[in-house]
Amino acid sequence: MHTESPILQVENLHTHFITKAGIVKAVDGVDFDIKPGETLGIVGESGSGKSMTAMSIMGLIPSPPGKIVEGEIRFKGENLLTKTKKQMRNIRGKEISMVFQDPMTSLNPVFTIEKQLIETILAHESFSKNQARSRALELLHLVGIPDPKKRLKNYPHEFSGGMRQRVMIAIALACNPSVLIADEPTTALDVTIQAQILELFKKMQNELNMAIIMITHDLGVVAEVCDRVMVMYAGKPVEYTETNHLFDQGKHPYTLGLMNSIPTINKQKKKLEAIDGVPPDLRSLPKGCSFAPRCKHVMEACLHIDPTLTEVNDHHFVRCLLYEETNSEKVVSP
Amino acid sequence: MLKYIIRRLFMLIPVLIGVSILTFSLIHLIPGDPARSMLGEKATEAQLESLREELGLNDPYIVQYGRFLGNIVQGDLGESIQSKENIAEQLLYKLPATVELTIFAMILAIIVGVLAGVIAAVKQYSWFDNISMTGALFGVSLPIFWLGLMMIWLFSVVFNILPPSGRLTSGMELTTITNFYLLDSLLTGNWAAFKDAFSHLLMPGLALGTIPMAIIARMTRSSMLEVMRQDYIRTANAKGLRTRFVVFQHALKNAFLPVLTVIGLQFGLLLGGAVLTETIFSWPGIGRYVYLAVLGRDYPVVQSTILIVATIFVLVNLITDILYKYFDPRIRFD
Repeated sequence: MHTESPILQVENLHTHFITKAGIVKAVDGVDFDIKPGETLGIVGESGSGKSMTAMSIMGLIPSPPGKIVEGEIRFKGENLLTKTKKQMRNIRGKEISMVFQDPMTSLNPVFTIEKQLIETILAHESFSKNQARSRALELLHLVGIPDPKKRLKNYPHEFSGGMRQRVMIAIALACNPSVLIADEPTTALDVTIQAQILELFKKMQNELNMAIIMITHDLGVVAEVCDRVMVMYAGKPVEYTETNHLFDQGKHPYTLGLMNSIPTINKQKKKLEAIDGVPPDLRSLPKGCSFAPRCKHVMEACLHIDPTLTEVNDHHFVRCLLYEETNSEKVVSP
Repeated sequence: MLKYIIRRLFMLIPVLIGVSILTFSLIHLIPGDPARSMLGEKATEAQLESLREELGLNDPYIVQYGRFLGNIVQGDLGESIQSKENIAEQLLYKLPATVELTIFAMILAIIVGVLAGVIAAVKQYSWFDNISMTGALFGVSLPIFWLGLMMIWLFSVVFNILPPSGRLTSGMELTTITNFYLLDSLLTGNWAAFKDAFSHLLMPGLALGTIPMAIIARMTRSSMLEVMRQDYIRTANAKGLRTRFVVFQHALKNAFLPVLTVIGLQFGLLLGGAVLTETIFSWPGIGRYVYLAVLGRDYPVVQSTILIVATIFVLVNLITDILYKYFDPRIRFD
């Protein structure tokens, strides 16, 4: 379906935070790529490193204490990590833009929507103020805000949550970006509004042929919009495959745990299955597999050997000793 | 907006009536005979009686108050007991002197204070942050009279580059229109007088502005630190805007509200409380005027000055409230 070459490639990304209490390995070896028009989901609990992966791509890791210590982020073939501040500024908001989780706090409360839209346009395009204004109007229209001409003059507090998220999307789309990173864009919204916003993402993607990175902890969102998905745990990808593979033949115990913890109406289950325990402290990760302390299928080896991401099927990668070649003989069906 | 201002101006009336009752009562609240306390122990009964007659102290309070109010409304503030000068005429000269000094001191305090606060917040824990905030701590703790005397010693005695006292060098020609010397010299195109008046303003302005400058710097810093953590600042960065633009537009406008409150309060305080500065630098303003009047038990002068200062204080508060709306559109006046 997506035969073009990837527009964004992340290779072996390590983003660490150097704190007094120790080094926090927020992102610890992430690899993925994404092609134009494709949607990649990044799934994980809070603190799994998915937002920090996004911030690393944007070049917005607060430094100090944050630092990208290893890896490459190649956008259109060029490594973003070697760009100057100014070059990155010209990429942010123009080539790669971002929509954040909470539309209530992500817009500046003291500026009109118009100002917040046109400042992005003026920062990147050689438009006159009037051209920027008409572009802003066009964008509001595009994201489905009724009566856009009047709404341009409004302040964020005069919009509902869903409408604000539409404004955020309009800002992100202002310069027709090639990559859009959406960090939990529907988490703070009502369920009916969530569906509308996801629909809007799909529509915009079709029109602009953008690559979308959809960061979420909601597997429902993944099922809805993502072509491929990467599940993250403790800063590492643990499973990486096409979305329908994940739902049909998800392999990693953590992925399975996530799926079992979704309530369903049709299955008559007595009790929702939770994953026991809490995510590990990123400052002192266990020696073996990070998930081992919470894993139902934990083996002796898991406590000593950190598994590597292994291709188990076509384009289906899992980081688990259960599926590593060398160990596979020992595995009794779980 | 206009409706709000008019309503607030009407609300001024009860406040001023309250102030007028208080200042009126001043003369009667002092234990003993007001006439005696004004003229002192050695006054004869005839002198006392003539003063009572002159001040109308023999009439019922309500009649006295009515007369007091009636005179004020007509712009007649009476005359000084000591010098027999018309108080209104005196204030017409002395009030601009104080207002000019206060405005100059506040402009100095706002520019330096806000700038230092912003830089200290953006570069938190840097050498600039440490030095400027230590300076601010000293600024709020230094006694003004000591600072003033040190400045006179350094700049007038040792280096002899700034005049130690007064508003103008004697012999300097200046046609007065508003009694604001900087303004008058500009209006009449008198460049020499402007430079002279400005050099006279520098030291008292700095002395008077030190405490507000320090308070503004600390308030700006803490407010900016709070705002810089907000989601909308991250959004602004993600848009690819220049850092300076993000800091001074997006952050400062949000951070300015508490600073504005401090500025308004300090402005009012300085207007009434420039006594020390005006005394040290022999500044012919109302601070020194009222100080001498209190020493000399010149009640009419004290009454009138307090009334004027209170009025200005209330007006400054009104202006502050109106400015709130500019900085935060969420504030509603109705």
